[in-house]
Amino acid sequence: MTISPKTLFEKIWYAHHVGQTAGGAHLIAIDRVFLHERTGAAALKSLAASGRPVRDPARVFAVMDHIVDTRIGRGDGTLMQGGSAFITETRAAAHEAGITLFDVNDPDQGITHVISPELGIVLPGATLVAPDSHTCTQGALGAFAWGIGSSEAEHAMATGVLRLDRPKTMRVTFTGTLAPGVTPKDMALHLLATHGAGGGAGHVVEFAGEAVSALDIEGRMTLCNMATEFSAMTAIIAPDEQTFAYLVGRRHAPAAFNDPYWATLTTDDGATFDYEIVIDAATIAPMVSWGTSPEHSMAITATVPQGPERAHAYIGLDAGQKLAGTPIDAAFIGSCTNARLSDLRRAADLLRGRHIAPTIRKALVVPGSSAVKRAAEAEGLDKVFTDAGFEWRASGCSLCFFAGGESFTEGARTISSTNRNFEGRQGPGIRTHIASPETVAASAIAGAIADPRDFAR
Amino acid sequence: MTPFTTLHSTAVPLLRDNVDTDAIIPSREMKTTGRTGLADGLFAPWRYTDVAARVPDPAFPLNQPEAKGAQILLGGANFGCGSSREHAVWALAEYGIRCVIAESFAPIFRANCIRNDILPVTLDRAAVESLAWQSLDVDLTTQTVRCGNQTHTFTIEDEPRLMLLEGLDAIALTLKSLPEIDAWTAADRARRPWIYAGNPA
Repeated sequence: MTISPKTLFEKIWYAHHVGQTAGGAHLIAIDRVFLHERTGAAALKSLAASGRPVRDPARVFAVMDHIVDTRIGRGDGTLMQGGSAFITETRAAAHEAGITLFDVNDPDQGITHVISPELGIVLPGATLVAPDSHTCTQGALGAFAWGIGSSEAEHAMATGVLRLDRPKTMRVTFTGTLAPGVTPKDMALHLLATHGAGGGAGHVVEFAGEAVSALDIEGRMTLCNMATEFSAMTAIIAPDEQTFAYLVGRRHAPAAFNDPYWATLTTDDGATFDYEIVIDAATIAPMVSWGTSPEHSMAITATVPQGPERAHAYIGLDAGQKLAGTPIDAAFIGSCTNARLSDLRRAADLLRGRHIAPTIRKALVVPGSSAVKRAAEAEGLDKVFTDAGFEWRASGCSLCFFAGGESFTEGARTISSTNRNFEGRQGPGIRTHIASPETVAASAIAGAIADPRDFAR
Repeated sequence: MTPFTTLHSTAVPLLRDNVDTDAIIPSREMKTTGRTGLADGLFAPWRYTDVAARVPDPAFPLNQPEAKGAQILLGGANFGCGSSREHAVWALAEYGIRCVIAESFAPIFRANCIRNDILPVTLDRAAVESLAWQSLDVDLTTQTVRCGNQTHTFTIEDEPRLMLLEGLDAIALTLKSLPEIDAWTAADRARRPWIYAGNPA
């Protein structure tokens, strides 16, 4: 008997296949559920109201990340009006349900997709869902991890499974080597610029190729993070020695990865995908978004292409204009995309001994987790940032989005290491340009959108 | 849950690509931890000229007189992209929308629609554009959208079709499979003990 070659996703899918529904969908076992206070409280409250218990509370986790105050010395109060109700209600519901909660000032608190890998909660070959679109980030560890709505989170907690139609598969292969100064964020923005924000169309996207294998684990998370901006169901990267070395010793991870099972978590030679994209990594330049969708991204050396009129009008840039040199008012380093220790180190390298331009009205660094914050402080990175004129904050999602509390000044042009440049995402009229942390740092120094390679040491 | 079989309504066009869930319901409009009180914030940045004072923008499609009571919204490509917030769908449902017809949908938004009795219909761009401001008959049993003497057929997987047609509660339905789930979990516990290792202090 011959066994047909399978993709990594297919192996995880079959390994979690519990049964089939009358409608031909599949019951897929869920190993981990992760909640946050913004969408998790609704799921927990609705579940409690229905009288249904959480089936296995030991495999459900929650954290306060979305609207927590990121000013040092915070409590339950939020800058968003009425926001503390989300915190107190999530806390009460989490305790009632008996799930693990990383509270506001817990040493393990941080952004969901930063702390789940840090604590070894996400594992290769596992299924993990969270009512948060950027759950795809966690596919970087070789898990099948994807974002869902609150109702589906409730379903997963109540039943231990989700009802799914089998998604299609795509492989995006990055061949060759990235040029110096080019980062995983640039890979993601390049993919979006060339294949569109709808290019992933519900597929499970496996990232592969030499340029992906060469990325460290944190870089892989940045790449996978943007899969939701590609409209993919999620992304996944096959675990390798680096992945297992990253996870060993983390609190919820196995003490060793010597079970033969772990070595099976690869895509077999000859396995086929529904769609394939190949990109030569060497052709990628540092990227910056110019418009109001992540697909409106361009090489920093290029001129603004023609896009939808509405996007040009909102952002205040015309086709044919150079993006580099456009004055900015604010800079933000943070989010589940680019606020891990390696991101902060690379930004700090550019900022060390330099200062942001006097025209920058607000510059923030918000570490991805409390552990990242402590590690950065132990290396003196906080001092580098504050000496350069950035504010140093406590961990949370912060100004990746505007929740009604803190924002930039109305209409400000912001360069941001985040994932979404939608109209109003960071506040009313805020014009967001997304880029790598290096590009944010370089632009903050220049006071205008700048090529990080011009500031390299 | 409310079964969805047929729907007769005017179709209101919002023919933009990449309409994101931040635009459908901005984070600042998600003021309570529940699923209600969201319709007022639906499309707030586009629907109002002054969001705080709730001054309607007469040019926004949903504010036009023909849109009164409409239950069908038309969209472009990648409708509902961005944040997974189910509040976007709760806001649409509370406002009265029961069907969104678009060139394509972002996957989480589409799944959220199905869990909230909103039918997501995918048609090609030209067909969607031709439906603007028309009176439509949407029929999930025959999987058709009828507009005058034109009929467009759409596809939908069997599972969501069944869930919508019968207005089924997904959790109640899945709980009927508990014996199967328990058996699977017991076997998996032996295969992958690390998944069930518990919660070290």
